[in-house]
Amino acid sequence: MSFEIDIEKRLGNTHIALTLEAGEGATVLFGPSGIGKSSVLNMVAGLLRPDRGRIAVNGETLFDATKAGGAGVPPERRRAGYVFQDARLFPHMRVRANLVYGAARGQDGFEDRIAFLGISHLLDRWPSTLSGGESQRVAIGRALLSRPRFLLLDEPLSSLDRARREEVLVAIEHVRDVLKLPILMVTHDPAEAERIGTRVVQM
Amino acid sequence: MLDATEWGIVALSLRVGGVAMAVTLPIAFALAWLLARIRFPGKVVVDAAIHLPLVVPPVVTGWLLLLAFGPNGRIGAWLQDWFGVTVLFRWTGAAIAAGVMALPLMVRAMRISIEAVDRRLENAARTLGAGPWRVFWTLTLPLSIPGVLAGAVLGFARSIGEFGATITFVSNVPGETQTLPLAIYSALQQPGADALVWRLSCVSVGLSLIALIASELLTRRAGRGLNVL
Repeated sequence: MSFEIDIEKRLGNTHIALTLEAGEGATVLFGPSGIGKSSVLNMVAGLLRPDRGRIAVNGETLFDATKAGGAGVPPERRRAGYVFQDARLFPHMRVRANLVYGAARGQDGFEDRIAFLGISHLLDRWPSTLSGGESQRVAIGRALLSRPRFLLLDEPLSSLDRARREEVLVAIEHVRDVLKLPILMVTHDPAEAERIGTRVVQM
Repeated sequence: MLDATEWGIVALSLRVGGVAMAVTLPIAFALAWLLARIRFPGKVVVDAAIHLPLVVPPVVTGWLLLLAFGPNGRIGAWLQDWFGVTVLFRWTGAAIAAGVMALPLMVRAMRISIEAVDRRLENAARTLGAGPWRVFWTLTLPLSIPGVLAGAVLGFARSIGEFGATITFVSNVPGETQTLPLAIYSALQQPGADALVWRLSCVSVGLSLIALIASELLTRRAGRGLNVL
């Protein structure tokens, strides 16, 4: 199983509960905004602690509320490639430094790994000079270069116009079909869910 | 312009201000980080205590320093026993007084800039494999640098202008603890020293102005790399 998730979390007045077991490919969490889809990704990434339950990815348990300690694997050791809704590029580093932030030292194949994203000409730019689509592709590149074991995508297209969406969709399909990383993606757009999702989970 | 004695006063003031700022800087940053990021019992009290020098009469601060660093004070006795030194009537004492008085200003500026650092960026760094220390060195610190610099320069300017706590704590010793404001005060007591008062006052205003402008320029110059604030 790529993702085994069985969690509950209360955040303010929202009660988040999700149980899913997902195999290869892309799993899409689909549903209206405000019901806690992003919180699920944060819990899988280790940025938010579930009240109860268990999270495992590729057979490795990342969180288990019944185990001693209970905090689970810290986020920096989960090797999640997390692409946030708002890119979250580091504003004080150029694109190149952003890309290699999570990369292992002396890693080969930097150019190859990012070639399909079409961002090679952006390496010396500052994040504040990038368009939304460029930022989002750099964010995907940064996540991939950290050698993730799985990818978390939080509405990666929501800030983009129609033309830019296509660029990013193609990049995500490449990750799904060529790099074959398990993907957990959140969206409220049925067309996106349909196109990317190997399976769609209604929340 | 200034004669040799007057240049000596300026040099001493810069030394006192520089040392006070350099020593207070890491302490102020640590306190600012603590107040900005950590919840702990008694935080309100710690916050208030740090701000005390801002509102307590400086003469009281000076007197408390005298109690602590004097021969019967705990710190004073310790310095005497272990190192055979005293800070009383010494420029080092003037730097201590200046540093204590500058601390609240520095903590305030730094705390605001640390609070302005986007935690979501730090979370992103965690998911990319960075532990808490790497997150601090690569994100929290560089992103809060404008406020740290602004706080440091503000503290430096404040240190050069320190008067009340200094004169109470280490007295007004020419060549040792007589910084610019103390020299101006002494000159005001002498008949016919108006010209000296003018010259030293101009230097004081000039130094303060340069410090404030430098802070602004540094912040802007760093701005491209540190443009989130």
